Amino acid sequence: MAAPVSLLVEFGGGAELLFDGIKKHQVTLPCQPEPWDIRSLLKWIKQNLLKERPELFIQGDTVRPGILVLINDADWELMGELDYKLQDKDNIIFISTLHGG
Amino acid sequence: MCQAREEYGGCEGPCGAPRVSCAQKCMKCKEASPVLVIRVGDAFCKACFKEYFVHKFRAMLGKNRAIYPGEKVLLALSGGPASSSMLQQVQEGLSRETAKKLRFIPGIIYVDEGAVCGQSLAEREETRRQMETILQASGFPYHVACLEEVFDLPSSILHCIPPDPAGPRSSYKEAVEGFIRQQREEETGGASVPEREVQEKLAGLCTRDMPGAEGLAASGARPLATARTDEMIRLFESVKTLTAKEELLQTLRIHLVLHTARVQGYSKVMMGDSCTRLAVKLLTNLSLGRGASLAMDTGFADDRHGNVVVVRPMREHSAKEIAFYNRLFEIPTVFTPALDTKAREKASIHRLIERFLCGLQAEFPSTVSTVYRTSEKLSATPGGAGPVPERCVLCLCALDTNVEEGSALQAILVSEQLSQKRLPAASPTGRGCCLGTEDQRGCCRNATAPGADARADLLPLLCYGCRLTVKDMTSLENLPPYVHSELERRKCRAAMKLEIQEFLLEDEAGNPGDS
Repeated sequence: MAAPVSLLVEFGGGAELLFDGIKKHQVTLPCQPEPWDIRSLLKWIKQNLLKERPELFIQGDTVRPGILVLINDADWELMGELDYKLQDKDNIIFISTLHGG
Repeated sequence: MCQAREEYGGCEGPCGAPRVSCAQKCMKCKEASPVLVIRVGDAFCKACFKEYFVHKFRAMLGKNRAIYPGEKVLLALSGGPASSSMLQQVQEGLSRETAKKLRFIPGIIYVDEGAVCGQSLAEREETRRQMETILQASGFPYHVACLEEVFDLPSSILHCIPPDPAGPRSSYKEAVEGFIRQQREEETGGASVPEREVQEKLAGLCTRDMPGAEGLAASGARPLATARTDEMIRLFESVKTLTAKEELLQTLRIHLVLHTARVQGYSKVMMGDSCTRLAVKLLTNLSLGRGASLAMDTGFADDRHGNVVVVRPMREHSAKEIAFYNRLFEIPTVFTPALDTKAREKASIHRLIERFLCGLQAEFPSTVSTVYRTSEKLSATPGGAGPVPERCVLCLCALDTNVEEGSALQAILVSEQLSQKRLPAASPTGRGCCLGTEDQRGCCRNATAPGADARADLLPLLCYGCRLTVKDMTSLENLPPYVHSELERRKCRAAMKLEIQEFLLEDEAGNPGDS
């Protein structure tokens, strides 16, 4: 049983448009049997934060190609990508590099 | 996906395992922990990444030797990530100690495109305010233009050589022609040296060829004329597809930037196209039938406008590097919606190609750089034999519609006319119909629709890519006046040329669009 995790989730480069234009979201993930990782965070974002057009943010179980993910200001490729286990007070940033956001 | 990665990576290790991890050290200093993976397996720490990023920008300028000391350079700033970090690179370069200092004189232009990108007046004001903050903070002279101002542009914007009221234009033109000829002669030696010489001479020429204050001047905060905005919206509404809208917007934007550069005496324009953007542009333009002008559209320097050369110093920086740089070093950017914001993935060719490339890049991390490297190998030297190729009215690239019998373009034109069931009528030139671009124009003149005339006049003066854009427009009336007046001018010249045709010595086949 994982304890609740509180995170600062940020969106940039136009990705914020899919989240009511709000760039910074202070969120607390509820308790769940498995520890939280990016994969489950994405599912949670899709259900709780994403306001419209999920296909422009999520593709399959990962982010749409062209959207960068930073975990505490570091490339998620260094952190294990989808399998990164979220820690309390983590800062997760999604930046769209796509034209028009 | 698994298999693909294995095949690609070869001995990278077991499938699915991260190629690099945080435990690894920066591949450059071997000390600090890395923050970003640049290429497969190459992880950089923050300090080394900054050095790498800055060096790449300076190396791009140094390698190409396009910008001369004391030259006025206009930075095209959209507020987006690439152009914002370009501005920061220039600021950084100018703040260096004397030996390493960049020695050109920068200015900035910001074009407000809110009218066509669906922003309300209040939103546009807000975006403008944010941009002004960045512009003022830069400390460089800046110009804020509205896309609506294209309606006030002079038709000289569509000339490769800028007109000068005093009239040294013909001599300037001769000089340019001379250089192009010289360039051809020296072609055997190698392309880069003569090209550089041409640019050098052009840079020298344009200082004495500066047009005075004409038309719209440095009107920083002119109130937006709603009538103009409506006109602009009507223009874009008359375009049926998003693909054509994107192309039209690009054309109008470059005209406006070019005009500001000429009026304000800038001889270079810096665009912030990133490597990723250029790779998308390369494939997009191929798909749009713009293959003939690929080298200019995607190369480092684009000198099709004559005295103002467009350069792309960010062309080796990937979108990922730029996004990381902006984030790590807190470079301010302003997000403004584009034409395709929130559009479907297949809404335009541009978007489709971007998705295709990004999708491939996710699995094969060298995709973008491979496509980009292709653009590097293209040469801007025109292949035709004529001294100066006829240029497209809109994009100013050399016309690619000068085709021999039996070409694919000709086949398209013939079948197009057959399918429209236009009977061959006597054309004004008295020659047969439906044989080529020129005759198509004769043909269409007989059409009764009022807009058809302008269209029939315009199409032969356009390159293949621009023809497709214009064909997607329901009406040409809304095009800015400078396009129409240039069209008239070309028509007059063509008529005149036809009259004196038999006295001309040049090869007839060289210039069909002109006759």
